[in-house]
Parts: sequence; structure tokens; C-alpha cells
Amino acid sequence: MRSAIDRVRAGREAVGAWWQRAPRGVRWAVLGAVIVFFYALPNKEFYQYLGPIPTTGSNFGQVLFTISIYVLLAVGLNIVVGYAGLLDLGYFGFFAVGAYTVAVLTSPVSDLNTQWPWLVALPFALIITMVSGVLLGMPTLRLRGDYLAIVTLGFAEMIRLAATSSEFLRGQRGFNQIPHPPGRYADGTPVFGVLDPRPYYWLVLTLIILVLIGVRNLSRSRVGRAWVAIREDEDAAQLMGVPTFKFKLWAFAIGALIGGLAGALFAGKQNFVNSQNFELLNSIIILAAVIFGGSGNLVGAITGGALVAYLVERLRGVELFGWELYEFRFMFFGAVLIIMMIFRPQGLIPNRRRAAEFADRRREVTVGG
Amino acid sequence: MGDTTGEGTQAQVAADTAVQAHEPLLEVDHVTLRFGGVVALDDVSFTLNKGEILGLIGPNGAGKTTCFNAITGIYRPTQGEIRFQGVRITGKKRHHITRMGIARTFQNIRLFPEMTALENVMVGADAHHKTSVLSAVFRLPRHWREEREGREKAEQLLEFVGIRHRINDMARNLSYGEQRRLEIARALATDPTLLCLDEPAAGFTPAEKEQLLPLIRAIRDRGITVLLVEHDMKLVMGVTDRIVVLDFGKKIADGPPAAVREDPRVIAAYLGVPDDAA
Repeated sequence: MRSAIDRVRAGREAVGAWWQRAPRGVRWAVLGAVIVFFYALPNKEFYQYLGPIPTTGSNFGQVLFTISIYVLLAVGLNIVVGYAGLLDLGYFGFFAVGAYTVAVLTSPVSDLNTQWPWLVALPFALIITMVSGVLLGMPTLRLRGDYLAIVTLGFAEMIRLAATSSEFLRGQRGFNQIPHPPGRYADGTPVFGVLDPRPYYWLVLTLIILVLIGVRNLSRSRVGRAWVAIREDEDAAQLMGVPTFKFKLWAFAIGALIGGLAGALFAGKQNFVNSQNFELLNSIIILAAVIFGGSGNLVGAITGGALVAYLVERLRGVELFGWELYEFRFMFFGAVLIIMMIFRPQGLIPNRRRAAEFADRRREVTVGG
Repeated sequence: MGDTTGEGTQAQVAADTAVQAHEPLLEVDHVTLRFGGVVALDDVSFTLNKGEILGLIGPNGAGKTTCFNAITGIYRPTQGEIRFQGVRITGKKRHHITRMGIARTFQNIRLFPEMTALENVMVGADAHHKTSVLSAVFRLPRHWREEREGREKAEQLLEFVGIRHRINDMARNLSYGEQRRLEIARALATDPTLLCLDEPAAGFTPAEKEQLLPLIRAIRDRGITVLLVEHDMKLVMGVTDRIVVLDFGKKIADGPPAAVREDPRVIAAYLGVPDDAA
């Protein structure tokens, strides 16, 4: 078993090393090909050649949209958990804030009755999620580790309970007729319609690329260094002049912003938002996705988010011995996580630093010291 | 957006004052620190003059590290105050104290293990940088300027402490001695006026200790005042201009190494039987 794992790791490191050494032109070409692949993916003319990859039980375009939302969330949470090392169990709460802000501002059944277009509501949704991130962070970021995890868990539950029981947020009845993003084709039919999920996927994909550029820039700057320093040793970071509270708050705010963006996109696609969309389980799934993929590594977080969402959808409509596998998805998912934690606790594609850390621990255990 | 004109002056001041002795840089003024019923520091007063190397010694549990922690803002004195360049620093936030010009290393090394040597030092250099989230996301000119400046400074400091060749290695992969040097480089990157070294030779071989002395002197020659907590008497005697001795939280001696060495109270409290004097 060990040798198999080591071989996988060696392979990954070889790919990583190749990427580091590859000339700029080659890197751009590979990156371009990957991007083209993902833009082409929801077209039947393309994915019919991909064998068992497309889902059988549901519309593949729709599945890709779901996956893209999960990827966006994983990228956002990776900033909070992976870079800054703040264990946030209530991240999905920000998704809910984003979705509800759009719903309240745009839906005709909302008490506000503003009925704004989606695009006008979007910046407000982003600002409000960011503010909610700061408001949650201000009192709680003085806590560390487990305490922070518990408070953030409470936050997500608060949002869910508010959505369930507040008259203003309409509970189970929810908000319908949330407008779609704007845009029309030359013949007058809307780009973002009800039937075709592909434009939504393309929109989210484009935004993911923009977010990734921003996050990558951040991670290779004073800000990213401060986050990792805080994760590594918060006291030492402070004593080296890092305003730790400020940067932790930024990590929270930026994470929240990305979560809110995902929520707003979700609301714009779904047309309908109610309190059932925001189960606590989702927070755990996103966190599991980040850890599954490799906390602190962008490619890892993306892979984790995509795989977790994809595997669940892939099980839909697949039967084994007369059982619908989809019904067992969480059990299956839990089992995979447990196996992961035993054999590959650093995640599928770990941060190179984390990988070294875990390798070292293994050595320490064998040495006994 | 502010400007960076204020940044250069501090280093300038440090360089100018290298020669001005007997001007107090740090004043520890009747500081008492209690943890519950335990008195860790009992009415301790001493000053640290610009440009000197001051040794802070004492037997285990004498309050050396506590004193250190009070200076760098980890502990807040129960009574008394600490002034740096005439400004009261008691109760200020830790990162403000660092930005005012006090840097430190740790007795038990506390680097950022999963960052490279370069990144570790750049975190120190960032203490005086102002790149905001916006300039980082959009790679505004300030980001590029400060990245370049921080990188150059880090390379130069790694060269200075003698581990330039480990620049891209993870801090955790450095040898023990290299880690200690990296801590010093990281602390120097914050442009300190006062550098506090907490047992920098702990765990060193005699040969490594020998190599540390010129480094500490070189730091002083850069115009940086040094506060040195150290167990190793030979090292302390060899490099310091003045020594303050603590015992059970009280100051029992303060003077040049030769005088302190002869002080009967110091011998009784700390050296015990003067075996190395024989």
C-alpha cells in the first residue's frame, strides 16, 4: 500500500517539477488547453466522447454548474482554512447570505419589493457578505483553533434558523421569480434561460478564473505571507510585526466575499431560494472538499471541490444490486474521507509544505522521537 | 494611500546613533510582574544605552525570559513601565512594538517552518511594508516595489548571517545552527533599533558559539543595540559591554563584565563555586 502511495506521490512531484521547469510558452499552452477543455465540457458534441465521465442520472450541464459552484466555495474556504489556518465550520453561511441578499432585493415576493435586476443586486450581495464576514470575524477571530470552529458553526446555524423562522426571509416558502443574469442573443432570446444550464456554467467558470488570478496574486504577496505566517505561528508572526488580527479579518472577509459570490450565482440560476438550501451538512462538505483536495493548495482545493460535487452527482441513477447508490452517497462519502485520513491525510494534491510536514511526522513516528 | 518617507528615518537614526553611547534607548522602570502569587520580576530597573551590547543573565527561573517578554509586549507588567526612545511601550500591541524598532529571537526557535528561508525573512521585512489587499490583488506598483525591496533586503540579510545558500529551502529543513541564524536575519529584517537575542547559543557546540560572537558584534556595528540573554558565561563575558544580573526576579548586579564577575552576590547566586575562574 505504501509503495503505491509513494509511487503516486513521485508521479505528482514529477508533474510538479516538470511544470516548474517548463518554459513559459509551454505552460501557457497547457493552461490554455485546460481552460478550453472546461469551456467545451458541457457540450454534448464534446462530452459524448469522454466515456463514463458524463453523468447518466442527470443533465451533465446542470451537474457541471453544481460542480463549479462547489469549486468556487472550495477556493474561498481554502483562503480561510488553507492559507490563514482558521478552522471555519460555518462557511456555507456566507453562501446563504449571498443567495438571500439577491433573493430579497430582486424577488417580487420580497417585503422590500425593490425588484432589482440580478446584476444590480450582485454588488450589494457581495458587500453584505463581506460585511457579515467582518462582523462575524471581529468578535471571534480573537479565539483560536477549536473555539473559532465552534463559533463559526454557530454562525451557520444562526443563518439557517433565521432563514427558517423569520417572516422576512419567508422560511420554507422561500423567494421565487428571482431574475436571471442579463444578456440576450442577437435573436432576442435570453442568454441565461430556464432550460439550458450551460451559460450559467460558463459564467461561473469565467468568474472562477478571475477569482483564481486574484487569489494567486494575494498568496504571492505580503498578504499571503502574513496568512501563512499566522497559520504557522501566530505569536511569532505578531512579534515580527504582522498585524495578525487585521489579516485574519481580511482572510475571513475575502473568503466570505467568494462564498457570497457563489450564493448570488446560485440564486440567479435557481430562480428560487428557500431555507432548505442551506443545511449545515453543506458547510462540512465544503470543508471536507478542501481537506480532501489538499488544504493550502489552490489546485488541490479546486480538485477537492470538483471531485466531491462530481462523485455525488455521478452516483445518481446508478444502481447496484437493485439499490440506488445515490441514496448512500453520504455513507460512501464518509467512507472515502476516513480512508483518505488514514492513507493520505495531507489531501490528494497537498501543499508542498504540508506534504513535507506529513512526511516528516511519519519519519518521527518510525524513529520514535 | 500613505507614503513611505517615515520608514527610512528609523534605520538612519540607528546608524547615526551607533557612536552615541550613554544615551538611554530602553528604560525598564521599576517593573514588577506577578503571575498569581508568583513574583517573576520584582521591582526591576535598568537602562539600555544606544549602541551597546547588554547581557541579561541569571540562574534558571531568575526572570530573564519574563523580562524579555515584558519588553516585547507579550506580558504586561503589573507595575512600572518600560520606555523605548522615551516613549512608553507598556500595553502597546506587539506588532506596534516591533514596528517601533524592537525585534527579537526565541529561546526555542520559532520560525515559520513551512515557509522558505527567503519568505521567513520577507515576513520580517513586511513589518514596514504597506501593500494592502487591493494592491496585492491587482499587482499595483506598490506591491512590485515592496516585493523587490523586501527580496533584496532578505537576500542581503541571509548573506549577512551566512546562510545565503539556503535561501529557497524550507526553514524546517535547515540545520539547527542555520535556523538560529535565520531567526536573527528575520528579526533584523524588521529594521530594529534594538535586537533582543534570547539564548542565541542554546544547543550550540563550542565551535558554533565561537562563530556567533563575530555575528553579534557585526550586528552592533550596524548600529543596532543588542540585548542578550545567555546562559553561557564565556559568551556573555566575551561579547557584552555591560551585564545585568537577575536572581529570583530581582536585579542583583549591573556593571561591566569584569566587575560583575567579581561581585560576591553574583558569585553566590549564579556562579556558585567559581570553578571556571580557577
